[in-house]
Amino acid sequence: MSVLTAILVFGGLALLFGLILGFAAVRFKVESDPIVDQIDAILPQTQCGQCGYPGCRPYAQAIANGDAINKCPPGGDATIKELADLIGVEAKPLDSAHGAEDVKKVAVIREDECIGCTKCIQACPVDAILGAAKHMHTVIAHECTGCDLCVEPCPVDCIDMVPVPTKPETWQWDLQQIPVKMVATADQES
Amino acid sequence: MSFTIATSPHTHQRRTTQQVMRWVYLCMVPGVAALTYFFGWGVWLQMLLALITAIFTEAACMWLRGRSARFAWRDHTAIVTALLLAVSIPAYAPWWIIVIGTSFSIVVVKHVYGGVGQNLFNPAMAGYVLLLISFPVQMTSWPVPQSLGQYTINFADSVSLVGSGYTQSGYNMEQLRTGIDGATMATPLDSMKTDLSRSLTPTEALAKPIFNDIAGVGWMWVNIAFLLGGLALIYLKIISWHIPGGLLLGLAVPSILISLFAPGQAIGLSVHLLSGATMLGAFFIATDPVTAATSNRGRLYFGLLIGFLTFVIRTWGGYPDGVAFAVLLANMCVPVIDKYTQPIAYGHGGRS
Amino acid sequence: MTADPKTIAAGHIWTFPGGIHPPERKELSNTYPLRELPLATHYSVPIKQHSGEPGDIIVRVGQTVLAGQPLTQVGVGFGLPVHAPTSGTVTAIGPGRIAHPSGLPDIVITITADGKDTFAPPLPIQDVATASRADLLEQLRQAGIAGLGGAGFPTAQKLALQRPLDYLIINGVECEPYISADDRLMREHATTILRGTDLLLDITQCPQALIAIEDNKPEAIAAMQAALTDYPRMQLRVVPTKYPSGGEKQLIQLLTGRQVPSRGLPIDIGLVMHNVGTAYAVARAIDHGEPLLQRVVTVTGEHVAKPGNYWVRLGTPVEHVLQVTRYTAEINQRVIMGGPMMGFTLPDLTVPVVKITNCILVPSTAELAPPQQEMPCIRCGACADVCPAQLLPQQLQWLAKAKDYDGLNQQNLFDCIECGACAYVCPSEIPLVHYYRKAKAEVRNIAREKAKAEVARERFEARNERLEREKAERLERHRKAAEARKQAQAEAVKAGADNPQDAVQAAIARAKARKAAQLKEQQANSETDGESS
Repeated sequence: MSVLTAILVFGGLALLFGLILGFAAVRFKVESDPIVDQIDAILPQTQCGQCGYPGCRPYAQAIANGDAINKCPPGGDATIKELADLIGVEAKPLDSAHGAEDVKKVAVIREDECIGCTKCIQACPVDAILGAAKHMHTVIAHECTGCDLCVEPCPVDCIDMVPVPTKPETWQWDLQQIPVKMVATADQES
Repeated sequence: MSFTIATSPHTHQRRTTQQVMRWVYLCMVPGVAALTYFFGWGVWLQMLLALITAIFTEAACMWLRGRSARFAWRDHTAIVTALLLAVSIPAYAPWWIIVIGTSFSIVVVKHVYGGVGQNLFNPAMAGYVLLLISFPVQMTSWPVPQSLGQYTINFADSVSLVGSGYTQSGYNMEQLRTGIDGATMATPLDSMKTDLSRSLTPTEALAKPIFNDIAGVGWMWVNIAFLLGGLALIYLKIISWHIPGGLLLGLAVPSILISLFAPGQAIGLSVHLLSGATMLGAFFIATDPVTAATSNRGRLYFGLLIGFLTFVIRTWGGYPDGVAFAVLLANMCVPVIDKYTQPIAYGHGGRS
Repeated sequence: MTADPKTIAAGHIWTFPGGIHPPERKELSNTYPLRELPLATHYSVPIKQHSGEPGDIIVRVGQTVLAGQPLTQVGVGFGLPVHAPTSGTVTAIGPGRIAHPSGLPDIVITITADGKDTFAPPLPIQDVATASRADLLEQLRQAGIAGLGGAGFPTAQKLALQRPLDYLIINGVECEPYISADDRLMREHATTILRGTDLLLDITQCPQALIAIEDNKPEAIAAMQAALTDYPRMQLRVVPTKYPSGGEKQLIQLLTGRQVPSRGLPIDIGLVMHNVGTAYAVARAIDHGEPLLQRVVTVTGEHVAKPGNYWVRLGTPVEHVLQVTRYTAEINQRVIMGGPMMGFTLPDLTVPVVKITNCILVPSTAELAPPQQEMPCIRCGACADVCPAQLLPQQLQWLAKAKDYDGLNQQNLFDCIECGACAYVCPSEIPLVHYYRKAKAEVRNIAREKAKAEVARERFEARNERLEREKAERLERHRKAAEARKQAQAEAVKAGADNPQDAVQAAIARAKARKAAQLKEQQANSETDGESS
């Protein structure tokens, strides 16, 4: 008899909590971005393919399916840390097989050497190169992600990756890097 | 020659941590003088031992952490820790007491947590509590004020006592603590606690010779001396009034309340304020910037909490004095206090 | 005390939390009357001297220019032009040192003076009383007037916002130590400043103005008081000396008890603030048609033999200013543009004086000791006590060191006005402001990168879509072409022509036959070879 009571009580409780949980799941449902979108939002969107996937979104998909988070050199350690926080895994150092973190660069076409082959235009993942067949091409600098993908296809090697120059507006207060000019003191002059 | 690139501001109020700490220990002079006057030279020996220990352990820690010892010495915080611990413990405690306590304060409480500025707990008080729990006999063997003792202790006796536990004429600490009436003398708070637990009224308890002054022979003047030093610290803007004010208020208000509603059962206001470690704790210990709350409002609450906890421990706790425990407990609450007393930043809806 | 209009009108002075009292040292420079600085041989005029976009350069190398002639012009944007400081020849246009803490180069127009200092004809507004508001604003814009108090925000742009205003505040507080440029200007040109204030009131359609001066400038207060009798719409407010009471937000709090909302503007609470120097420049621009060619610069510090306040043409190299004022440099000399609290050090003396340069300070080590080694924070809270923005500087410092940008936002890093009071009192000499500036730059950088990444992502997706579309279109085209061909064939067969399919079959049969023949021949050959060997 007592066994039956116990079973009934626990069964009843289980049913009750099940209902409460079910209700809570419906009532307090949190609408969140699908995980791939969240991962994609963290990735630097250079679309460089250094991770081995054709762009950032495919890599985001791969991470969501369990791929390593340390394959993105343009994002570097900051991105790895954010990804680790998001999906709750240990942050790892950047996988050097995919390249090293580098300063931000932008592609520049040496325009007088360009033969107008359009190969770079086809390679650019963000359509940041402007030009037509047999006409000079040029890079829209502020749309360039510095992914490097246009350098390889160029048959005349006229594309350079140059570091993005620091401007007063984007300066990061690195006081030690200010070039200080030597001047003569009053004592030395006299 | 080249120009120097520097970051603004280019002018600084020249009050370094070292200067702040120097003022703290200079303002301890009246208190130490009073301790010397009433209890003899022991406190100087303790301070000396504490200083030597602090300097060496600090150097050892810095060496183990792979840093320059001079860098740590320069801020003088270890000196303050050592001196505070030295004046907190009984003047003739054996030498190893202060050595163990100071080492613990510096090594475990300070450097294990990451060195100056990183420690959660007040180093001097954590060291004191370690000693009090580990060596209760030595740590409660306060000498009798010299005016009440049978024996006078000269400097040579002091050295001998701290070094070997006996005076030159062979008396040990227990014998020295015997008063003129032949009974072992306790500190005022200790005596009070014992008497109250024996259901004596405070008036009866206050009849003992140790209470010949208002709040205990010697102890009252020691507290007044520390109070003077503390007021000097406030005057010099080394500390703000919030922590000592809060502490004294937190101690005084409940003690007034209890003597109003339950007279004859608890320690009186004057004994609370002018006995034990009240003034030393209020002005010198609780005001340790590292382990105290940061905003002024937070400091006030921090002080009130210490004062109230001290009152609770003295009234209902197992120990005669509770400043050290109260400080450590309040240290634990600092993050919470800081979180809830954060001022509203300009432009975020606060009122001017 | 509540911030009701009556209390403000009654002249109540509120207070602000924190603040410091560093040594003022204004007596070094404020005892000398304003003097004209002798002309330099060459000037370098950065094309961007205000916050906003630079104008387009309208002069060429080799062109002769007159003093006051515009060197750049602005389009429809929020830019400001710059003008030739004196007559001479444009000798170079290109990257050069500008007045910026980074020491990074920007476009500079170099003018070699001809020494004649011939002015272009001024173009004053003919009838100010009937001129439209738009005309007045355009006049100020063409005169290149930016806020002379420090931020360099284009004045016309600030005035263009049309919102109901309670007060125009004219800031003559000048709380930063050493600087006395506004002090001297108020003493000697009180009427012009008030004339400018009057014009500003008209332009903003604001009923009244408050003129704030710190109580350590009694002469300036007296001069302004005397001139104020002609202007009933203005009132003088004397505020107690405390740094940073001249900060825009702090002065608003002092005079009105109101707080500018975080990330908001004074105009959101019905106030607008201009510096006394700006008011002066406004009067000169509208009444006399003078563009902003020069400003008062305090040259001071113990290493300057002739300290004082000078009218300096914009673009004058600091070197020239310091040679005229006879400076001596010591080892590791610091030359500070701005005051000791918020100024920045110059990497060399080719840096030009610009619209926001209020002071050049050449201190000796004795008067402004160089920074000491940074010591660990002891959490003393002295910084929080002096912070006028009621922030927790030490908390910000830990977060900045940990690069915890979310935490920094929660602790309102961007409400920090970088006044330097926290670093001034820090017993551990932690360069707190430097950490905040770095963190702010990093946060801005991250935001910029994020925005850029978003654009890149959109472009990438758009491109992928385009490629997909093109592929689909191509396939569709091929399919259609194939269909059309099939149809054409079918129609041809129907019409009686050879079925191409039959021709293919015939070709295959022919190929098979040829292969078989070849095979047979090979076999025959190998047999004859075998016999011969």
